[in-house]
Amino acid sequence: MNIKAIRFEGNGTFAQDVPALADAIKAGGDELVLLLPGNSRVKRAAAAAAMRAGAEIDTNVVDVDLADGKAVARRWVYRQRIFTTFSRAARPWVIVTDPSLFDELCAKVGVTAVALDAAASAPSRTTVNGVENAGTGGESTIKPDARLLFVAGAGWTKKQADGALHLDEASAAITGFLGKSGASLGSSKSLVDMPEAAAAFSFMSHMNQVGQTGSTPRHQKGLATCCHGEEPHVVGWRFVSERRAVNLDANCGWAQGKADVVYVADAFAVMKKVNELMA
Amino acid sequence: MSKPLNIVVCGSLVPDPLQTLEPVQTPQGLGLKNEQMLPSVLDPWAACALYEAAALAKMRPGSKVTLVALGPKAKLQQLMMTVAQKVPLELVAVNAPAGGFTDAKDTAAELAKAIKSMPAAPDFVFGGCASASRDAGVTLQFVAEMLGITEFFNAVDELKVAEDDTFTVKERIEGGKYLCSTCKGFPAAVGWATGSLPEPPNNPQTGMMNMRGVMPALMKAPTANVGTGGIVWEKAEVPAAKRNTVVKKDMPVDEIAKEIVEWIKE
Repeated sequence: MNIKAIRFEGNGTFAQDVPALADAIKAGGDELVLLLPGNSRVKRAAAAAAMRAGAEIDTNVVDVDLADGKAVARRWVYRQRIFTTFSRAARPWVIVTDPSLFDELCAKVGVTAVALDAAASAPSRTTVNGVENAGTGGESTIKPDARLLFVAGAGWTKKQADGALHLDEASAAITGFLGKSGASLGSSKSLVDMPEAAAAFSFMSHMNQVGQTGSTPRHQKGLATCCHGEEPHVVGWRFVSERRAVNLDANCGWAQGKADVVYVADAFAVMKKVNELMA
Repeated sequence: MSKPLNIVVCGSLVPDPLQTLEPVQTPQGLGLKNEQMLPSVLDPWAACALYEAAALAKMRPGSKVTLVALGPKAKLQQLMMTVAQKVPLELVAVNAPAGGFTDAKDTAAELAKAIKSMPAAPDFVFGGCASASRDAGVTLQFVAEMLGITEFFNAVDELKVAEDDTFTVKERIEGGKYLCSTCKGFPAAVGWATGSLPEPPNNPQTGMMNMRGVMPALMKAPTANVGTGGIVWEKAEVPAAKRNTVVKKDMPVDEIAKEIVEWIKE
């Protein structure tokens, strides 16, 4: 089987990346099965490049098997709710993997990825100006390499037992914990959509959202606080191995059957104490 | 004075996220159990694209937003009862199967055909960065390629168009960062992430105005043959990973905190 892998990283423009990738696919030959890492640059350009090169393409692939001269791939559909196994007879076939699994899958199928860094000289009307952090709070709170994901829910912005909002206290508890634990910050959709949260939690943006319309990060551990969601929203931590939640509702859909441990308690009090202990 | 914009938004329906989904074999291939009965919503990322398109159109008087939707006609009609109340739009409908198991290239070809048949070429082709059904994030790139649009931006949260038709975009990239770019003019395709706009409230007046065009558009929607393409689905299953959750009630806060800290440090 003619299987190859290309590493295509950094920043680029669609107009220049598409011909570069298309040329690489064409150069691989008719029987090519090409693995690409699904980073932002590849996700932007690979589909159009595959079409230009007359190739088929599948993205967000999480596993590839080679058996009896046949390649079989696996991916989720319906946002991590249905897991599929599939194959294609057509070649060339471009398989875009989850970026964190690219090296593992290359090793599994026995190929070494070759870097593609030559930008095609195609004209582009787009100029890349640079890279900036999301949010306005300075340092990024999204850390894909962190062991722990801390998920904040809308409960942080709700009136507490005294009938008042405690947004400053919530902000201090969250940022304090992130600083001490080095955790990556995730958020429920309801929290990032709240105007009051946008004003009070400047360290958070829509990019922090996990779940159905957010990301599905792959951290080893996940701690959810003040989250109240049903099953579909829990796709946000589908790939988090060890999960705990602090929640006032023991029957919450976010936690029941999804978390390993649920602490039925006030997250404000718990996280305050956690921060003291981690000092 | 800046010219009006012609904005096309590609977006269709997906099962309501609160529904339980179960894959089944149908005569047409893989599908969902009771698919025709499942309540649908406008694909969440495509919805963000639609709201951003409407906001952009508002800033340029005379601009037009056209929603190009591919899906079963009856379900599209149901969907439009709510979507049409959100923002002023025109609808171009294509009657065809839509779902997680249909082919993105077939879908893109039908969308591109519908866009090409419009009286004026679009300045922007918007869509979601991926759908909540197939979740492949390739359809809009295919459409751009088929329409010969050479500028495409993916997972966009911000788009600002200047008076001279140049525009800046912020695309989501790795590590919670944005790639900021400037583009010299139209046309361009934009795959939206969530953007920054809230869902507009339902406006019955907007709905009534839109429905005058929506119903005829649904009536004349061409039927297209969208299948599973060259993909061979060998297996589709719902993950059965239900955890035995341990619920710890009446535990003092100090003990909970201590246990969490120990767990984090393990």
